Amino acid sequence: MTDEVYQQPSVQEISGLLRNRFPGKVEVTGTEERRVYAKADRECIHEICAYIHDCLTFEHVTSIMGNDMIDRMEVIYHLSNYFNGVMIELTAEIPADDLHIRSVADIWAGGNWHERETYELFGIIFDGHPKLQRLLTPDTYEFYPFRKSYKLRGQE
Amino acid sequence: MAYSSILDWIQFNDVMSNPFYPYQTYNLPFDIGYKLWEIIGGLIAWIINLIFPDNGVSTWLISPEVSNMFALVLFMVIIFAVAFIVTLISLWMERKVLGRIMDRRGTMVGMKGFMQCIADGLKTFMKENVIPRKVDKMTYMWTVSLIIGTSVLIACMIPLSPRWFVVDYGTGLLIIMALFALAPFFILVSGWAQNNKYSLIGGMRAAELMISYEVPMLIMIATTCLLAGSFNINDIVNAQFDTVWFFIPQILGFITFIFCATAEAERVPFDIAEAEAELVEGWQTEYAGMKWGLIMLADYMRGYVSCAMVVIMYLGGWLIPFASAEINGWVPEIVFLLKVWFVFFIMIVLRGALARVRTDQIVNIGWKIFMPLSIVNLAVVLLLKMGGIF
Amino acid sequence: MMSRDVIDIKAEASAINTDKMWVIMGPQHPFSHGLWTLKAQLDGEIVTDAEPIIGYLHRGWEKECENRTYPKIIPMADRLCYAASMTYTHLYCMTVEKALGIDIPDKAKYMRIMADEICRIQSHLMWLAAVGTDLGNLTVFLWAMREREFFMDINVRLCGARMTTNFPRIGGVRNDIDEEFMMYTSRCVERFEKAVWDIISLIDDSSIFVSRMKGTGYLTRETCVNLGITGPAMRGNGVDFDIRRDDPYDNYDKVDFEVPVLNDGDSYSRYMVRIEELFQSCKIIKQTLQKIKAIGKNAPYRLKVPSKVPAGRAFARLEDPRGESMMYLVSDGTDKPYRLKVRSPIFVNVSASKPLVQGSRIADVPAIMAMIDMCLGETDR
Repeated sequence: MTDEVYQQPSVQEISGLLRNRFPGKVEVTGTEERRVYAKADRECIHEICAYIHDCLTFEHVTSIMGNDMIDRMEVIYHLSNYFNGVMIELTAEIPADDLHIRSVADIWAGGNWHERETYELFGIIFDGHPKLQRLLTPDTYEFYPFRKSYKLRGQE
Repeated sequence: MAYSSILDWIQFNDVMSNPFYPYQTYNLPFDIGYKLWEIIGGLIAWIINLIFPDNGVSTWLISPEVSNMFALVLFMVIIFAVAFIVTLISLWMERKVLGRIMDRRGTMVGMKGFMQCIADGLKTFMKENVIPRKVDKMTYMWTVSLIIGTSVLIACMIPLSPRWFVVDYGTGLLIIMALFALAPFFILVSGWAQNNKYSLIGGMRAAELMISYEVPMLIMIATTCLLAGSFNINDIVNAQFDTVWFFIPQILGFITFIFCATAEAERVPFDIAEAEAELVEGWQTEYAGMKWGLIMLADYMRGYVSCAMVVIMYLGGWLIPFASAEINGWVPEIVFLLKVWFVFFIMIVLRGALARVRTDQIVNIGWKIFMPLSIVNLAVVLLLKMGGIF
Repeated sequence: MMSRDVIDIKAEASAINTDKMWVIMGPQHPFSHGLWTLKAQLDGEIVTDAEPIIGYLHRGWEKECENRTYPKIIPMADRLCYAASMTYTHLYCMTVEKALGIDIPDKAKYMRIMADEICRIQSHLMWLAAVGTDLGNLTVFLWAMREREFFMDINVRLCGARMTTNFPRIGGVRNDIDEEFMMYTSRCVERFEKAVWDIISLIDDSSIFVSRMKGTGYLTRETCVNLGITGPAMRGNGVDFDIRRDDPYDNYDKVDFEVPVLNDGDSYSRYMVRIEELFQSCKIIKQTLQKIKAIGKNAPYRLKVPSKVPAGRAFARLEDPRGESMMYLVSDGTDKPYRLKVRSPIFVNVSASKPLVQGSRIADVPAIMAMIDMCLGETDR
């Protein structure tokens, strides 16, 4: 199945296309001027990202970040288009007992270190990542410092 | 035994009349050394004679043989001291001029900043002598001694005038060149001995640098000697006085030689062996304290020798053109040194204005620009020679 | 992905069949401006493989923010990048304002972008100084630092500090500016536009400088974009994108400026883009000064804002002197952020150092990495 390539998709086009292409998998939660907010299913995050990269021409991943909501984790992708400045915020929720998600480093090489950072700080494992090792913190760390369960001294 | 006056012991003999005088012509530093020894030796002899009248030591001290021997020692000290001070002045000049180029004031410690050189020297000499554990100790020490030694040797061997020289060889220029070209070998070995990757790359680069500038440089030296008809420094300088300064017929050679001399002295833009941006300090990385201070001094001595070569070969040496023999006879040493510092000034401006070239670029420059230019220069000189102009 | 002359050089090098050598450049190394390491595998002089190592300066900035009230994070944001501190403070304030849903006064917006551009000039001059030392010339370093000093003086007049300015506030800026400041700044900028030609002509008219930069660190547009390189380094690779123009924040859509883009994709085009940005920044500063003057003396420059941010999420992005920086805020309704994420441009740019330096000579590594303009404060956070 070949999809039509949009170089400068508008916000409405993006939300419509995402809904139609991945029914039930992507939920557009809101739009703004040059911004699309969406929730994605973590099982097919790689397909969604590949579609956004190839067909909607979002060549750049601004950031991939983790977020600890205590009962669950989130991986948030910020994708940007270099032709009209539109950004997509893609949130994938991960249950706390199964911290796995497919890596997108093969789509955007720039996401490589973002995923490594998220792994070392939150313990989220990116399957298929070429080199999932600690980056900022020492290799000897066995804990994930940015989780909410990790308390700083004097925080209580 | 009657009391003998000190004046009996100090006799100012003519240095040339000493039967052991080592030169054919008059030598000013030897004369100074000889007179100094006559004062010092006479004083010692007189004191010894006061305590032990009629001893043999006193007469031995002021005999022509012994006077000559100690005069030689003092002569060496004087030659080295002058070369050392000239180098310090070059160093001071570099700091001040470079400072002004960079819109700052340069060193400010005492005597317009000159004392900073002394302070730096004392500081490096008081440092602990650190030898890294994993270096090849013998090679590590010997190579650096040889680098410093050869550099000091050639700096001392540069004649400042017909009366200020160490040896007056017929092949003076060639000997200086040969000694000059030795240091890169030691740098290569030293880089190897230090057991450090930066040093190793730096040493390799020194060899790479040498093969790129050495050949055109030798061709240009040969060209100058062809024009003058002699390898003797004195003859080259006199030939320039008789005709014109050689930078006029060989303007190409002059410009190329300045760059080659910059490469020979390992200064910016050709300081790739110690490129601090990527190689920390290149082959000097593992040398610290006094050794590094001496390497720095040797670097500036090499800079001084490079400039002196330019002056001898192209800028008329110690002679002022069209001046009478009397004027030229006053202070040819000062004239020579002023010219040397002028050439050094050009090198400082080059350093202030240019960036460091890459290793492949220096080989390209050496073989594709310097080499053809030096051969064109040679051809021009041959034509001039054949045309009978020189 | 590696469609360039790497393959040719590799073939040439392997013909001699030498052993490869790993050289560890850093963390204390003259070429690494800050604490980071580049492991480079050398075949003779040619880099065949490289791996950047960062993290020496990791302070847990984001975690620390979770334990501070919102206004207390402003001075911390200054410390993210010492060369252009104002942009991160600005970005942080923008993010919180977005979460609060407030619109700040026009005057504050102009003052912020003026401060941003002053910082951009400072940062670019710092970069120019670093380029000078990396190419082996100290004159460029000192001349660029001299020019930077004038902009430091502007900073002092603006907010009393030279480097860590602490000027923007949530809801506006710290203080108003007066006539004298505007006169001084416009004079400074006009002087700078002439004086910077000293440095530019010293570099551009010298064939050694140009030959050191031309053709090194080449990347194609696709590779560059895929690696996530942003900022002037990206615009030197032919990507026509500038957040200030294409995704405007504050009042950048109301000032007139151009975005320099070059297609060569080597170090020299990155250099040229940054130099042109200096002039564009001067243009923006002059315009904003006029606009601030037109708005008038007693216009408001700061809003009162609540100390608690309503629960929700907000993000803002901004064109840092080095690239695209972004902050993402998750708030839970208290006076402290639940999570604050910083996207630093250099963090991603430095991850691209392997494709950048691979195949070039070791002597070119400083020159190539200088064009990325390293700043470790924001990289390690």
